[in-house]
Parts: sequence; structure tokens; C-alpha cells
Amino acid sequence: MLFQFNAQNQKKFEELLSHYPTKVAALLPTLWLVQEQEGNISFEAMEVVANLLDVSPAHVYSVATFYTMYHLKPVGKHHLQVCRTLSCALMGSENLLEHFKNKLKINEGEVTPDGRFSLCAVECLASCGTAPAMMVNETYHENLNVQKVDQILKELK
Amino acid sequence: MNAPKKQLVLTNRVGIPDSHTLAVYQKTGGYSKALSKTFSQTPDGVIEEVKNSGLRGRGGAGFACGMKWSFVPKNTGKPTYLCVNADESEPGTFKDRLLLEKDPHQLIEGIIIACYAINCHTAYIYIRGEFDLSYKRIHKAIEEAYAQGILGKNVLGKNYALNVYIHRGAGAYICGEETALLESIEEGKGQPRIKPPFPAVVGLFGCPTIINNVETLSALPFILSEGATAYKKWGTEKSPGTKLFSVSGHIQKPGVYELPLGYSLKKLIEENCGGMTAGKKLKAVIPGGSSVPILTAKDVETMMLDYESAIAHGSMLGSGGVIVMNEDVDMVWALKNLTRFYAHESCGQCTPCREGTGWVDKILYRMLHEGGTNEDLNLLTDISHNMMGKTICVLADAMAMPVLSYIKKFPDDFRNHFRRTGSSPRAKVI
Ligand SMILES: Cc1cc2nc3c(=O)[nH]c(=O)nc-3n(C[C@H](O)[C@H](O)[C@H](O)COP(=O)(O)O)c2cc1C
Ligand code: SF4
Ligand code: FES
Repeated sequence: MLFQFNAQNQKKFEELLSHYPTKVAALLPTLWLVQEQEGNISFEAMEVVANLLDVSPAHVYSVATFYTMYHLKPVGKHHLQVCRTLSCALMGSENLLEHFKNKLKINEGEVTPDGRFSLCAVECLASCGTAPAMMVNETYHENLNVQKVDQILKELK
Repeated sequence: MNAPKKQLVLTNRVGIPDSHTLAVYQKTGGYSKALSKTFSQTPDGVIEEVKNSGLRGRGGAGFACGMKWSFVPKNTGKPTYLCVNADESEPGTFKDRLLLEKDPHQLIEGIIIACYAINCHTAYIYIRGEFDLSYKRIHKAIEEAYAQGILGKNVLGKNYALNVYIHRGAGAYICGEETALLESIEEGKGQPRIKPPFPAVVGLFGCPTIINNVETLSALPFILSEGATAYKKWGTEKSPGTKLFSVSGHIQKPGVYELPLGYSLKKLIEENCGGMTAGKKLKAVIPGGSSVPILTAKDVETMMLDYESAIAHGSMLGSGGVIVMNEDVDMVWALKNLTRFYAHESCGQCTPCREGTGWVDKILYRMLHEGGTNEDLNLLTDISHNMMGKTICVLADAMAMPVLSYIKKFPDDFRNHFRRTGSSPRAKVI
């Protein structure tokens, strides 16, 4: 089925257009809205967005792939994003990432077979003072260690 | 200079419960004296006050704020825009997130002051995609401000209209660069533009545009309400006022510290932050976010936290992200962590940056895994020189300058890898 905004998001989309003097300027927020509704951004949805904003599908594709937070493929119900940049690395984020890989038996960029978890390493989350840090979907978890991480995984099940 | 007894300009409300709400903001003096002083002057008068305060941009470059505003051409017949840079992604920096989460109304009041000064009626807050709580708080704060007539058609009943919109980023460090930020709003892909023309003249949608950092704008309510002279009480002659420092790494009490500029870096580490963890010795400090040259423990002895002292010590104040490393850190490993970051975040437009970041990263990878040679150091130096001053934006320089500084200041760490064949114990680099 062709992608379509639901009624509520259609309204939000129209509101978004009113924020800018051009249509294409609403591209980033429109892609966010697609992801909010669908969980990820399919190629079909990009074509629909291109139509809505009067740009080419290639333009939408080049923008969607420029950013790390747009999911072009489905991610797990709990998307684990572990910071690997210097302040977190100094505080042991390498071990955390290894721990996740061993425990969930997946690599970075993969989803567990039951669709529950996906794992990726990300760059500095602006949580360096409470390192190591990670995000589960939109939520920050800070001052992590292996025990804490196990507790978080348990609670997410 | 002594440590401040109480918080000063930017973080006064941080410890107060519900500091992010309009009620608390107004109860603690917000949207009152600063705005009445703003609207009782001409826009040029406001620019003059900010110029007098000596406030310098806190996004990294340290450019004089009032001066930048005065570059906006008048009577172009085009609208003027303000873009708030809330894309904070410089490794080691987490101060804007604090201001967004704890005091969003202070930022909005700063936005109103800036917009009035540059005759702007539309502001966009470009906020980092990962900042969910910040986004919710600033979104709610904007709603509250509209509902009270603080934003909208008639700001505080005056004949002055101002709309503020939020534009969410989606995970790309480069969008913090001001022209990439404009591209990200206008067309979607955050690739920096060649300057000149500068955004103040040709910016968003081809119109005059000012881009300011969250911390810069958050200082404006104080400056307008208490005056430039009160602000200049703190800091040094060339670096007046206070600044937020984000401290992380092997330190007892990491966190965000508001300090008068010119404060001793050594004192910040030893006193404010309680010294090193686990009784270890200090080895190196990055004083201004990952994009600035590194300091040795000896440099730390004498460096003051102001723009001039940082330069005199061969580094820069940048974003004020202070990363502290102890004696156990292999500086080749630390540098490799950062080169991966820059190779990942290069937008790919310029060959010296796209290729150079990748090559440097690969050479360091090889050094960690297979050992290195003196030839590698020459190659790293050569590539770095070929990256500097040759690209559209300064991301290339932001990696090349640190690389040169690590080689210069910690040559033994590199040489340690020469004698070895096979993987080093710290080769695991994620
Ligand atoms: C690669 C790169 C990344 C940057 N990231 C940020 C950022 O995340 N936040 C920010 O305020 N400034 C950032 N800057 C600096 C901006 O280009 C710009 O100087 C600043 O937003 C201007 O505001 P100010 O004058 O108030 O400091 C970055 C610059 C470069 C070259
Ligand atoms: S220097 Fe690098 S990040 Fe900046 S425009 Fe060129 S390729 Fe892009
Ligand atoms: S380095 Fe991990 S949050 Fe900054």
C-alpha cells in the first residue's frame, strides 16, 4: 500500500508547511513525521514525500541518507545507541558495546531475530560528564556499567 | 580570580525545581526588566549595549556578538532571520543541553532581545535530533510564551511581531557549522557553503541571517537587565563575562561549571572538579572540545580559561569542552578515537577533507594494530598540512590541527608503537 499520513499527521504536516517560506524547507520535519508514524522511512514513503514537497525522489533519498537518525530499515523495538566517542571511551564504553554484542548475539547495525533489540554505536551524545552514556530510543541512560546495563535490558523485556 | 560563591549569569536557575517552567522563570525575574530595557531603546541601542558587554560567541569561534549583529544590512526589503544553534555535538561539550533542559525561557528571552536588535520577526531553533527532553522543554516553553503574549503578533503588547519555530536535526555533526545549518533547513542536506558571502548578508533563503549559539543568547537577558558594565565585572579585558565549561574524563566531579573567563584551568581541575580519579597523574587535557589542539600537564599549569591564554598555549577555547586524561591513556589511541569521528562526520564535499580524514584514520589504525614507523609520522604531518586552509569549512582543520598537536606534544606515545609489531593492548578501537 502506498504511504499516507494518518489524519492527525496530515494536520501536523500542513502546520509544518506554514513554518517556512518554501516547501522543501519542511523536508527534515516531514521525514521525522514519516518515521514517527511508520517506525522507519521506506523508499515508497520517500517518493510520496517528494511529491508532497515538489522535489525529486533522488533529492529526498540523498537527504534521508545524509543523517544517521533516519531509519531506512526497521530497527528493534528498543533501539540501543551506545556512545563510542572519546569521553565515553575513556570511561569504558568499548566494554559496554562488547557486552551488548555478546549478550544479544548481534553486531552493530543488526536487529535481534525477535525484533526486540537493535544495536548501534553513535558519536558523542553530549552526556560526556555522565559517561559512559547511551540512548534507548529517545531516552538517555548515563553513568553506565555492565551491571546497570544488564538491569536496563532486564527491565526492557 | 576566586571561584564564584554563587552561580553567575547563565546557571542561576539550574538548581531550582521546575526551573524550566514559565511560572518559575517569571518568579525569578524573567521576562521583565531585560525586556522593558530592550523595548525602551532603539535596536541600535541594544546592539551598542551588547557590543559594550564584549560578549563573544560561545559556539566555538568566539566572534564578538554585537559586532556580528551590526553586519546585518538595513533596508534590504528582505526579511532578516535568526537561527539558534542548538546542534551541540562537539565531542566533550554538554553545556547547551543543560541550558535547554533547565532554562529554556532564558533562551527564549535572549532570542527576543536578539531579534529586536537585528529587526527580525522569524527565528528558527535548530536543535540536535537526539535532544528529546530539550526539544520537549523548549517546545513547551514556546507554547507557554505564545499563550502569555510573550511571543506572537504583539510581543508583550508592543507593536513588534515574533514567531519562533523549532527545526530538528537528524544526526549529523556538520550541521552545527553555521552554513551547513542553513542548508539543512533550506534544502535538507547539511553541506557547508563557501564564505563569503557571509550569512549576515546572504543567509537563510537568501536573506540576512544571524546564527548564534544557545549559550551566547542565554547571556543576553542578564546583559540587558544588569547592563554591560555589570557583565564585564567578570572575565578579562578581551574575554569578558562568564562561560560554561563542560568537564569530562578522569576527574572526580565531572559536570558543567560556570566560571569567569580567565579562571585557572589547573584550579578548575584540582579544586572545582576535585582532582583526578583513582589517584592517577594528569597526562593531557583537551580544553575546548575535540577540535582544538591538546595540552600537556605542563601547559595546564599556566593556562587560563580565556580565548587569549588558550591561543598563547597553542590551543583554543572552542566550545569549552574540557576532556581530562590520566597517565594511562595512550595518546595514539585517543587520537584514533577522534579521527574516526571526523572521518565519519566529513560531509564529503572537499577532497582534502573527505580523503584526508579517512587516510589519517587508517594510518592510526595500522599503527595501533601493526606498529608504526617514522615514515608514518611524516605522512600524518604531510596529510594534515594538506588539509588545512584548503576546504569549504574548517572541519578539515578541526582534525588536522589536533593531529599535529598530538604528534608534537606526545611524540613518545607514537614512538612506543614503532618498536612493537602486532596489536597493542589498546588496539581495540570501536
Ligand atoms: C564543524 C563545525 C561544527 C560546529 N558545531 C557547532 C555546534 O554544534 N554548536 C554551535 O553553536 N556552533 C557550532 N559551530 C560554530 C558555528 O559555525 C558558529 O560559529 C556559531 O554557531 C556562531 O554562534 P556564536 O557566534 O554565538 O558562537 C561549529 C562549527 C564547525 C566548523
Ligand atoms: S571541509 Fe569537510 S566537512 Fe567542511 S565542507 Fe569540506 S568536506 Fe564538508
Ligand atoms: S563522548 Fe559520549 S556523550 Fe560525549
